[in-house]
Amino acid sequence: MITTDTGGETPHSTVGAHEESGSPDHTVQLLSPTGDRLDDAVYSARAAHLDRAALEDLYRDMALTRRFDNEATSLQRQGELGLWPPSLGQEAAQVGSARALRPQDFVFPSYREHGVAWVRGLDMRRLLVLYRGRDHGGWDAYQHNYNVPTLVIGAHTLHATGYGMGIQRDGDIGTGDPDRDRAVVAYFGDGATSQGDVSEAMVFASAASVPVVFFCQNNQWAISVPTAKQSRIPLVHRGEGFGIPSVRVDGNDVIACYAVMDEALERAHNGGGPTFIEAVTYRMGAHTTSDDPTRYRSRAEEEHWRQRDPIARLRIHLEKSGTAPEFFDRVEAEADRLGEDTRAFCRALDKPDPESMFDHVYATSNSQIERERAWFRDYEASFDQEAQR
Amino acid sequence: MPAYQPFNLPDVGEGLTEADIVEWKVSPGDTVTVNQTIVEIETAKSLVELPSPYAGVVHEVLAEVGASVDVGSPIIVIDTDPGGEAAAPSDSGGEAETSGDVLVGYGTKAPSQARRARRHAGTTATAAPEQPPAPGPEPERLAPEPAVAAPEPASPSEAAPSSAVLAKPPVRKLAKDLGVDLSRLKGTGPGGIVTREDVNAAVENEQPERLVVYPGDDRPWLDGGTVSADGRTTRVPVRSVRRRTAEAMVASAFSAPHVTVITATDVTKTMKLVKTLREERDFADVRVTPTLIAAKALILAIRRHPEISAAWDDETQEIVYKHYINLGIAAATPRGLVVPNIKDAHRLGLHDLALALSELTTTARAGRTTPAAMTGGTVTITNIGTFGIDTGTPILNPGESAILAVGAITKRPWVHKNKVKPRWVTRLALSFDHRLVDGELGSRVLQDVAATLNDPARGLVWG
Repeated sequence: MITTDTGGETPHSTVGAHEESGSPDHTVQLLSPTGDRLDDAVYSARAAHLDRAALEDLYRDMALTRRFDNEATSLQRQGELGLWPPSLGQEAAQVGSARALRPQDFVFPSYREHGVAWVRGLDMRRLLVLYRGRDHGGWDAYQHNYNVPTLVIGAHTLHATGYGMGIQRDGDIGTGDPDRDRAVVAYFGDGATSQGDVSEAMVFASAASVPVVFFCQNNQWAISVPTAKQSRIPLVHRGEGFGIPSVRVDGNDVIACYAVMDEALERAHNGGGPTFIEAVTYRMGAHTTSDDPTRYRSRAEEEHWRQRDPIARLRIHLEKSGTAPEFFDRVEAEADRLGEDTRAFCRALDKPDPESMFDHVYATSNSQIERERAWFRDYEASFDQEAQR
Repeated sequence: MPAYQPFNLPDVGEGLTEADIVEWKVSPGDTVTVNQTIVEIETAKSLVELPSPYAGVVHEVLAEVGASVDVGSPIIVIDTDPGGEAAAPSDSGGEAETSGDVLVGYGTKAPSQARRARRHAGTTATAAPEQPPAPGPEPERLAPEPAVAAPEPASPSEAAPSSAVLAKPPVRKLAKDLGVDLSRLKGTGPGGIVTREDVNAAVENEQPERLVVYPGDDRPWLDGGTVSADGRTTRVPVRSVRRRTAEAMVASAFSAPHVTVITATDVTKTMKLVKTLREERDFADVRVTPTLIAAKALILAIRRHPEISAAWDDETQEIVYKHYINLGIAAATPRGLVVPNIKDAHRLGLHDLALALSELTTTARAGRTTPAAMTGGTVTITNIGTFGIDTGTPILNPGESAILAVGAITKRPWVHKNKVKPRWVTRLALSFDHRLVDGELGSRVLQDVAATLNDPARGLVWG
């Protein structure tokens, strides 16, 4: 077993420090697949304040994320989107972790983090713009402190570490002011851990004690390559190898995901440096709508994970603890409305104004761009003149 | 009012051009809801279930199970207002243009219209018609292996559906290029994957048996066929375009007594006119070809001899004279011979005729010609010159009384102003239905076509 010598000061930060005897790794779990809350010596306290109302909110987040995602998948199948990467099955990892963030924390997502976008307050429908090929997508990243998606696998982990180094230089860690201390989160998948960028990002983050959280959603499949073919050790040990406190969590347990992220952010905010989180989850859909998972994985495996569905598990728990059936009906009705809105929004997306391509070439306007814009405007207008003749 | 909404086959992958219908989950009369699964299709990449974009009642299913459908073609028509009053159903064929509101993907665009004129149009005179990618079949489809859902493999790491051939894309490409049927190979790579070496070995073994094997030959005509046990023949069921062509040829050849008259003519002035028109600003947005002038010449000839625009009605023992020209154009497409026609071509000026001509051929080459476009023709042009052929004896399109074959236009020695000069010369052949067209009438029509092509200025006199 690999352990990190932390002098015993942060025993819960390393995998195995509080594992059950005999097991090589410990996976933090606070909600069982059968909907029972579990005790954990270290993490239960971090989720103790999540009462039924808070859990109902988490349920709603996950249900709406799923509905949006399913609608987008259907839209792709109907020819309305060029491509779609479904988040189906990963709602707990995304929603639970994102709910632990403070507004000033900054997120670098990859392209599947629809649930994180939702929690950050981004209108999820804006995610469709890129996949409809209307334009390159994008938004003001500072509006919700949620960056635009990075499609290049793992590349944004470097950006996240760099952004975290900027936070250090701004002095926004360890001040004790909850409105000032900031952290960065990079969301990526198991496949990304095989990329050089991710290793480099972790080297720098560890060496410079950067306030960054590496949140790895291990959804078991890097397109068609299973995690076991990419790593001889559990991915959580990757973090340890860089000297980064690392923890593995049940990624389909929304409460546990919240708790481990809460711990990681607290460390970052306090100047304790990076954390690596392996959230063990499952991509229940295709990698993107362009592939066919039945070609590389078994139905038995899919069924195994369907029994561990993150939303069903929380629903069972809520039902046991007294949530009224009307609550679920309300959420379902809201999800249906979101689905319809999403469909209408997508179909209404029109071609962008051609001139808009000049808008974001430079941060501020300059004479060269203005000259080119004026030329282009004349050129476009010439067609109308031609038509009138 | 019933509202018939066609659903066009979307590109569910990235850049796919076609897919096969595996199973319909609904049939006409069924009520469907938005996102209800209606059909399972198989693309080159995967089996995919398509959800309905509309709620309503299934009006018509347009593609059979097993059919290979181009992306962008309508596959089902759904009535989104079934309670409404009956109204004349729109073309149930669901013309491609009607689906403009569906975005994706790379292949669902309606047939490209003539480009709008650019300011400096003169410098970009012609826009070549789009050449659609030839929809080559995957080699493994040659074998009659049913497309079925992947069976359940034992464990995820060995998830290898036994019915599918495992091979990497470059190996698939190699096999396709070499004409090797992947499904007949036994892969020697890890997990039974077919390797480059397997394909090369198969070529060495198979090559002597094959009649024609050359790189790039994807043999679409063998699609759906059954290879004989000895590998020396393939039996292909007669389907769609091939069947229609055969039926039309038999119907025509064995009911209408054909006569063909042939003449050679100097078309140098037509070639000059084509060149002039290509530089003409007004024609910058269309493709000007000798075929265009030949079409115009044929229209003028029929105007002068309208009695040739007729059809023999055997049932009523009548001759039906048609006071209009629906000009058919025989087009060789990846799917076979189709003869769409330009409706009321006699009303079109030269520019509009050129527009109609290029739109019709583009649509045909893209395989999107609608049945409506192929019926009601009155006369046809077949441009066999495209294949470098001098002339031939074309068979009438059923229901028509004449067909003009335009041969290759080549430079030949020709007596011009009493001297032998190199001139652009072509041969024209006109087949006609001798039941209603006599030799004199047929000859006069052909002579008029030849005269106009010889001196297009005659068009001013006759037009």
